[in-house]
Amino acid sequence: MSGLVRAVPGETGSQTGTPSRDRPGDPPGDRPPGRSSAGRRRTGRVSSTVVTLGVVSFLTDVSSEAVAAILPLYVTAALGMSIVAYGVVDGLVQGAGALVRVAGGWAADRTDRPKWVAAVGYGLSALTRVGLLFAAGLPAVAGLVVTDRIGKGIRTAPRDALIAASANPRNLGRSFGVHRALDTAGAALGPLLAFAVLWAVPDGWTTVFVISLGAAVLGVGALVLLVPDLRPRQAAWLRTHRTRESRGLPKCKGCTCDAAGGLQPAGRPFSWAFLRGGATVRLLLVAGVLGLLTVGDGFVYLALQDRDGFATHWFPLLFVGTNVVYMLLAAPVGRLADRVGRGHVLVWGHVLLAGAYACAAAPFPGAATTLAALVLLGTFYAMTDGVLAALTSALVPTSVRATAIGTAQTVTAVARMIASAGFGVLWYASGRVDALWIVAAALVVAVPVCAYLVRGGRLAPDDALTRETSA
Amino acid sequence: MSGHAALRRRTAFAVLVLVVLVGTGWYVTAEIRRARAEQAAPTQVEVTEGVLDGPHVLFRGTAPGELYGRVAAVALDDLSGPRQVTPAVCDRVDSDGATTVCLRTHRGVVTTYEAQVLDAAWRTTASWPLPGLPSRTQQSPDGLVATTSFVTGHSYATTGFSTETTVHDADGAEVSGNLEDFTLLVDGKRVAPVDRNVWGVTFADERVFYATVQSQSLDRTWLVRGDLAERTLVTLLDGVECPSLSPDGTRLAFKHDARAPGAATPRWTPAVLDLATMAVTVLDAEERSVDDQITWLDDATLLYGMPRTDEPATTDVWALPADGAADPVVAIPQAWSPSVVRG
Repeated sequence: MSGLVRAVPGETGSQTGTPSRDRPGDPPGDRPPGRSSAGRRRTGRVSSTVVTLGVVSFLTDVSSEAVAAILPLYVTAALGMSIVAYGVVDGLVQGAGALVRVAGGWAADRTDRPKWVAAVGYGLSALTRVGLLFAAGLPAVAGLVVTDRIGKGIRTAPRDALIAASANPRNLGRSFGVHRALDTAGAALGPLLAFAVLWAVPDGWTTVFVISLGAAVLGVGALVLLVPDLRPRQAAWLRTHRTRESRGLPKCKGCTCDAAGGLQPAGRPFSWAFLRGGATVRLLLVAGVLGLLTVGDGFVYLALQDRDGFATHWFPLLFVGTNVVYMLLAAPVGRLADRVGRGHVLVWGHVLLAGAYACAAAPFPGAATTLAALVLLGTFYAMTDGVLAALTSALVPTSVRATAIGTAQTVTAVARMIASAGFGVLWYASGRVDALWIVAAALVVAVPVCAYLVRGGRLAPDDALTRETSA
Repeated sequence: MSGHAALRRRTAFAVLVLVVLVGTGWYVTAEIRRARAEQAAPTQVEVTEGVLDGPHVLFRGTAPGELYGRVAAVALDDLSGPRQVTPAVCDRVDSDGATTVCLRTHRGVVTTYEAQVLDAAWRTTASWPLPGLPSRTQQSPDGLVATTSFVTGHSYATTGFSTETTVHDADGAEVSGNLEDFTLLVDGKRVAPVDRNVWGVTFADERVFYATVQSQSLDRTWLVRGDLAERTLVTLLDGVECPSLSPDGTRLAFKHDARAPGAATPRWTPAVLDLATMAVTVLDAEERSVDDQITWLDDATLLYGMPRTDEPATTDVWALPADGAADPVVAIPQAWSPSVVRG
């Protein structure tokens, strides 16, 4: 059983350089006409590998969010540190994640082994759970938290590349949506589980860590045991080199005389040249500009709390509300993005973000505007997070896909960090209401500009970079 | 072959799920049983009556068992002696004998925090919600209540570390709002660092108080004198946290971050500031890091809580001479948040 054989996914398998906008009316080009209806029916289904990856993320998020939710309590109550010390931990977490993402993507592309790079990331995070069981003192805990975030940074881009490789390109948006829905469900369940445990066992920090370890082990186990070892670059090469001749094999089995270059179906090697592609640059630019206008949810919640005066302990419920909306809408909105164009959904989603800011700034206190703000925020995430990954994966050649996804996510994350820092200053300088209106107004200006940038086929793959499809 | 391998992998995963579920389930059940048993177990402390009638120290009891977290009192002349246990459950407590302020946590799937004002019969006469983990509380001589809580923690509130310190009337009415909104004057000039935080109020009278203002971006931790009428905070000295006024009103005990340069975590050493001369005496007879708002037992002795290294949930209240002339000793075992009621 060679990797070469298993690397070719089934008929619903990977595709490279597919335009981001598909036309559902077209029969699938590479299938015999007689099977087109079956083929079309199959596009409606999400690959089982995507669902498995969703389950992996679900378990891992239960694990990490359960710990994240109780960590401040643990550091202050159990380790007897002050909350200032917790601030140190928090600051370390902010920086660690974003930067390793590109590296994780790059490693996945270079080795053409996204599963195993992702497994390293998931495994690293799982190991930190073991560490938490024995950690005493703040430096140890801080080190483990940073390691966990590094693990998350490593695994994200290869994992998304795996989703892209196992999804049907026609429902890429929906596939990412299904994955994000499961991921978000885990993020919502984790804290609830942790607080339920502390309720039953008041000093049950270790119990939470044990549960977290269990979930993390199952997540890694599901990845290692159930997810196929896809080789996206090799698969793309094999798909475009269908004849024995083009694969550099002898014309017939057993012939050895006229072998051209030997068997090296490695596909195009990794190259940073994708960063020079017009469409890629355009996407990164749009993601960066819109990211600069996306301030942290915490500010929206704080603004709602400031205005309505409810106690801060409802914060977790605001978070849960947003996540429930995100979870419910991720798959349907992803499907919508597959139909009407992912670029537009990504860009216009930011109008909803402006709407959420307006709800938080509007002088109408009460449950209605709060709920509206949460629904808008949740829908915004459904329209942007998975869609960005889907858009990026469809835009670049297979050989650089994980790196490109990691780059796009890092651009967004760094832009959002800058936005939150800047917004904090604006909040103090001009007040809560004005600050929110300013950002909402900036979004209302930026969105049409960005929509103009991605109009028509502007986010179609760069021909020069995706020649592998026509080879 | 491939089908075989897939089956083998699925079986392996099923076994893994079984092992993890059984293992975790067993551990969780055992822990819940242990917690139930511990909470129901009798607390091993000597209990008495009548302590509250005389001069005493009120505190949160931290001896494990059924009385864990209950407010208790020991006689001022017998700190390590038997304690009278009250019905109140508090994280932080401050009392003047008649009125007690109690900050507490209501654990649940959504954990909430509350400040309560209790009368002599431990009935709640006023209460208001706190935005986060209770940290400090102090009363003024005539019934103002300062509370500090941490507004972080929630990984959801991604705005970083923050405290909220407010002053209320004992009847629950707001007096100050968030002290961060007071005008901060450094050498007479108004500054407003975005990340300023205020905590650890100690009252001089009904209008003037001392507190800590920290800005991590400016790398300053100031002692400030606050004025509730003018709504100002005037900086006095850098490097002072959690001040506490001595009973005679001449000195402030505080914790001072004496970490080695470049160290990631703070090491707080107790210190005393003479308000007349502004001279600081660092009490390095205490070699451990103290994270508490220090209390004065009398004009010569400081009290503060320290967690036990081997039993983190249990703390002791330690005593240290205010001139640093002797080593710290345990004053009240299995106690936290002492409040001296001189009667």
